[in-house]
Amino acid sequence: MARRSVARSLLNNLLSMKLEPCSRLTASRSVTYMPRPGDGAPRPVTLIPGDGIGPLVTEAVEQVMTAMHAPVYFEKYDIHGDMKQVPQEVIDSIRKNKVCLKGGLKTPVGGGVSSLNVQLRKELDLYASLVHCSNLPGLPTRHDNVDIVVIRENTEGEYSGLEHEVVPGVVESLKVITKFCSERVAQYAFEYAYLNNRKKVTAVHKANIMKLADGLFLESCREVAMRYPGIKYNEIIVDNCCMQLVSKPEQFDVMVTPNLYGNLVANTAAGIAGGTGFMPGGNVGAGHAIFEQGASAGNVGNEKLLDQKKANPVALLFSSAMMLRHLQFPSFADRLETAVKRVISEGKYRTKDLGGQNTTQEVVDAIIAALD
Amino acid sequence: MASRIIRRVAGSGARCILASPAKSPSSSLPAPGRDFSSQTPITATLFPGDEIGPEIAESVKQVFKAAEIPIKWEEHYIGTEIDPRTQSCLTWESLESVRCNRVGLKGPMATPIGKGHRSLNLTMRKELNLYANVRPCYSLPGYKTRYDNVNLVTIRENTEGEYSGLEHQVVRGVVESLKIITRSASLRVAEYAFHYAKANGRERVSAIHKANIMQKTDGLFLECCREVAEKYPEIKYEEVIIDNCCMMLVKNPTLFDVLVMPNLYGDIISDLCAGLIRGLGLTPSCNIGEGGIALAEAVHGSAPDIAGKNMANPTALLLSSVMMLRHLNLNEKANQIQNAIIGTIADGKYRTADLGGSSSTTEFTNAICDNL
Repeated sequence: MARRSVARSLLNNLLSMKLEPCSRLTASRSVTYMPRPGDGAPRPVTLIPGDGIGPLVTEAVEQVMTAMHAPVYFEKYDIHGDMKQVPQEVIDSIRKNKVCLKGGLKTPVGGGVSSLNVQLRKELDLYASLVHCSNLPGLPTRHDNVDIVVIRENTEGEYSGLEHEVVPGVVESLKVITKFCSERVAQYAFEYAYLNNRKKVTAVHKANIMKLADGLFLESCREVAMRYPGIKYNEIIVDNCCMQLVSKPEQFDVMVTPNLYGNLVANTAAGIAGGTGFMPGGNVGAGHAIFEQGASAGNVGNEKLLDQKKANPVALLFSSAMMLRHLQFPSFADRLETAVKRVISEGKYRTKDLGGQNTTQEVVDAIIAALD
Repeated sequence: MASRIIRRVAGSGARCILASPAKSPSSSLPAPGRDFSSQTPITATLFPGDEIGPEIAESVKQVFKAAEIPIKWEEHYIGTEIDPRTQSCLTWESLESVRCNRVGLKGPMATPIGKGHRSLNLTMRKELNLYANVRPCYSLPGYKTRYDNVNLVTIRENTEGEYSGLEHQVVRGVVESLKIITRSASLRVAEYAFHYAKANGRERVSAIHKANIMQKTDGLFLECCREVAEKYPEIKYEEVIIDNCCMMLVKNPTLFDVLVMPNLYGDIISDLCAGLIRGLGLTPSCNIGEGGIALAEAVHGSAPDIAGKNMANPTALLLSSVMMLRHLNLNEKANQIQNAIIGTIADGKYRTADLGGSSSTTEFTNAICDNL
């Protein structure tokens, strides 16, 4: 009788025990990564602090990298958004190092200076821009189950910069879509999905109106989709897409879009997942990669944020973790991400966009303390 | 008295047939001070539309009769054959009727798929020169969505921009699509936006653009908005970049009041806003044309799966008819009906299936009539 009751109470204990993931696993995942001899040599990375909050957040990254003793060292170049063009030495440095980390570069409105961000992308042929928008524990949002990666064509489309005034008062702007660029960005999207175990790729378009242009984009996506039968593919019109994003974001996984729609969709997705201050991203091409805050909503932070030094460094820190993985240092990337996620979920140190009052430096110190 | 009004209306109708298509912006403001006494009925064109169209049109007629609104409906249906004068299934008589009556209400129309004719929406837009699409989005009290206190209006330029339909294939695999912005169209829609803001007691107009990248085209649009803004010093004017706007809309839609934008951005943003208040089934819309023509329409689809089952939600068409009444300066009646609709939904006793209730169309309509 006693034995049965002991057994039953043991059984009850077992059944009522909540299966929690082993905290040791989430804190420091044991990485079985066999490096090649010499992989530990420090790698140079071009660093562009940029404008606005850029210098503040890139400094945060530098501090964390030093604290982790990560095998990267930064070659800093000071350029600003109002320069006419990107200095040749910066381009040469990125060509040599292959990897760059960048704060935002402010693009002046209407002024006649073409955006430096766009120049960098075109010069280095960084044809795909990636933004990863996902819910973070500790980050209050109206939407749950958001885990969307937006891959956006980065070189053509509406951003060709080919405009002219036909007669006074009538202006034309050319949107150029080519099979070559559409195909390579679709290929990148499916390859990304395949390598990251993603299940679905959605192409965003407006081909019911722009039949030839977006029609060509869709054609290219469909051709690539046939080469990946294991990944589901569907298409959605861009206005319906935005409406679905705000009502049912869980239906989206990886999204591939032309240039302009990608900008809108990425910023919308970043907004529903918690804000542009938290979403990492980068631009990638055949030979080079530039990592930066994923969706910047077209601004580099306002004056007050700068004066009070309360900018949010999380997005750039996550991007630098992506950069570390790109450089094949997964263990450092994991440690960085875990520390940042721990600080966010604890919620003790919060910057202005989370409703808190902490400065960037305080958040960085908390993250460094959380590193193991 | 009645004969004088009929002569005036017929005269303006004759004038508009002979009028040239390119009008100066100043004549495009809706006719102010149309003061019809409650006895003289105003004729309005009604397109019930397809599938659920006739059912919800019946609801509108019933509510208008119960509220004793002096409107006489002139019903027109889409033909089954293509009218060569309009190159679509919409007959010339229907279009003439809208031109003469100056106001119309349109239900959902299923565009028949096929070649050799223009889409119905495109036909109406081009023939009636409907240059602005106005969509107010406000949270319905009592119907809880993720976003509360949404109260904004999107005004979208409807004739040019990216939807000019001018595309061509340069060589195989390279497509160009033209985006056209003209001074006259931008001034026209900006004028309407500020006029609407003033007439409806709105405090702020925001112009949405991407002029940092598309400097000449969106730059011209902004220039026109600024010019018009100077004429309305009591209304605050600001400019917001489109990606920032998307992000702010999903984080905090209460920041916006009236939004005015070119065609493509307007399409995307107005659908995004409809998503914020949970769908196109509740969103009213009104198209403004040259010479003060107003064609209110329900933007949702024709829902063939619930056609004939008395399950359709007439709210969108009813709220659109309210917009039509406001255009005619019948503001008291408009408020009466609007309050009745909001009250019925807030009560929660009678709600159609898409709002989570189980009432039929007729029950819902009767409840609104009772609430008048």
